[in-house]
Amino acid sequence: MTTTETAPVLELTDIGKSFGNIHALRGVSLSVRAGEVTCILGDNGAGKSTLIKIISGLYQHDTGHYQVAGRPMKCSSPRDALDQGIATVYQDLALVPLLPVWRNFFLGSEPTLGVWPLRRLDVAHMRRTADEELRKMGIDIPDIDQPVGTLSGGQRQVLAIARAIHFGAKVLILDEPTAALGVKQSGVVLKYISAAREAGLGVIFITHNPHHAYLVGDRFVILRQGTLELSAPRAELTLDDLTHHMAGGAELDALKHELQRIDAPDLGAVHDKEKT
Amino acid sequence: MGAIAVFLLFFAVATPFRELDSLSTVAYASSTIGIMAVGVSLLMIGGEFDLSAGVGVITSALAAGMFAYELSLNVWVGAALALVLSLTIGFLNGYLVVKTKLPSFLITLSTFLMLQGLNLAVTRWVTGSVASPPISDMAGFGSASKVFASSFTVAGVGVQLTVVWWIAFIALATWVLLRTKVGNWIYAAGGNAEAARAVGVPVNATKIGLFMTVGFMAWFVGMHNLFRFNTVQSGEGVGQELIYIAAAVIGGCALMGGWGTAIGAAIGALILGMAQQGVVYAGWNPDLFMFFIGATLLIAVVLNLWVRLRAQRR
Repeated sequence: MTTTETAPVLELTDIGKSFGNIHALRGVSLSVRAGEVTCILGDNGAGKSTLIKIISGLYQHDTGHYQVAGRPMKCSSPRDALDQGIATVYQDLALVPLLPVWRNFFLGSEPTLGVWPLRRLDVAHMRRTADEELRKMGIDIPDIDQPVGTLSGGQRQVLAIARAIHFGAKVLILDEPTAALGVKQSGVVLKYISAAREAGLGVIFITHNPHHAYLVGDRFVILRQGTLELSAPRAELTLDDLTHHMAGGAELDALKHELQRIDAPDLGAVHDKEKT
Repeated sequence: MGAIAVFLLFFAVATPFRELDSLSTVAYASSTIGIMAVGVSLLMIGGEFDLSAGVGVITSALAAGMFAYELSLNVWVGAALALVLSLTIGFLNGYLVVKTKLPSFLITLSTFLMLQGLNLAVTRWVTGSVASPPISDMAGFGSASKVFASSFTVAGVGVQLTVVWWIAFIALATWVLLRTKVGNWIYAAGGNAEAARAVGVPVNATKIGLFMTVGFMAWFVGMHNLFRFNTVQSGEGVGQELIYIAAAVIGGCALMGGWGTAIGAAIGALILGMAQQGVVYAGWNPDLFMFFIGATLLIAVVLNLWVRLRAQRR
């Protein structure tokens, strides 16, 4: 690895995970530093989701070491990971569509007033804070009471990101935040990814779109069938390299070579015969 | 809105319906449905069903009566034991649902059938008859019936205390839903359990708690039945669970969870209470009661759907 004197906030060493006989992950190492965007790329079934679930505490890893701020981490629930400052924004979004924006913003970490049995939600504070935090991210929601289900896909992603930042996340994991979005909405989300980096967070950006990754990434990791295909800082890569590795790399070269050996004129002859 | 329509219908066709006394009877009928509907609607908002709620009421009443009588205890001790039993049944329902991840429909259908059988069998085994033994001459009956089944007079009209309890439970449930952490968790557990879990909401504990709340309400209504009628028939309660669910749905609870209010469920219970008494006051064949409940439910759900579609289009 090159430069960076700062210690990683989150480090995985030789992580492995199996489900029965199937090795979902093998020997995956990864480090995330504050103020950097680490992109994890890979095809469907490459192990991206399993990796995320280990980092965010939904799964336990079988082998290897998982360290947060230099200390070993064995989180048994998403709550533990959250307490360590690791927040995850899922592909299908950790939002409840029927709940109003401000209730979603504080879901799971609600501020309260008073003592039990009269302990109650600090509604005024919740509404004001949710509104302020969203404005800071440049999103103006006309009615903080509207159900989250009525927001656009990009707005929902930003709401989830704003929530994670507000609750003091040190590491932000974004699982395919641009997958279901159009070009313009994706742009909005990418802007907030770099905003989160500027705010000093370590960002893990999972995607299968190398173009999106190259726009914001500082470090790139490509997974293939549960193992590391590539791990490199931005300085050592071009977008073409990334796209090439992503599309299959060495495998693609072999396929290209094979395809070239098919006799092109023969194919042409077949077509000519059909025409006449 | 639906409640007003049903009220006007019976106001028009049934002369006795117009008297204050009958309104008090309607309020009483609504309250016994409504207290259970509070628990059942909270559970439905949390995304689960409880089909054992109807027979659970009878189980609790039978248990309190038999414990007190057979062991010659103060009836309050019997009631306390019944409370423990009801909460345990609720806990087991909830625990099985969250551990097996099977639909609560199946789990509570099983407990419903098991409790129905146990109500009959245990009662006959203990008392030799099909009803719990009379307990009206036992220690504590007086004070217990004051709490669970007394009535008082307002402006010359007798009002059952259950109506007051009902309103208190609605108020409490509304406050919990709209103004507490737990309320937020209940909506989230029903609306998107995976998402809620991912942000650290204790979804399983919330659901188990909701099943236990239904257990508590079943205990409360069971105690009312016991201390009002002195003895309880072991075969009762079957079919009531659907009335409670109907009240919750008429009141706007989403069948799949995530949406609803305690006040809505109260209005649903009021509609069913009016239908129940209105059929009698109108001099119609009381056999038709279930027909009216069914028709009311159908109209209510279609109306709700229509209102929601209109609201979405705007």
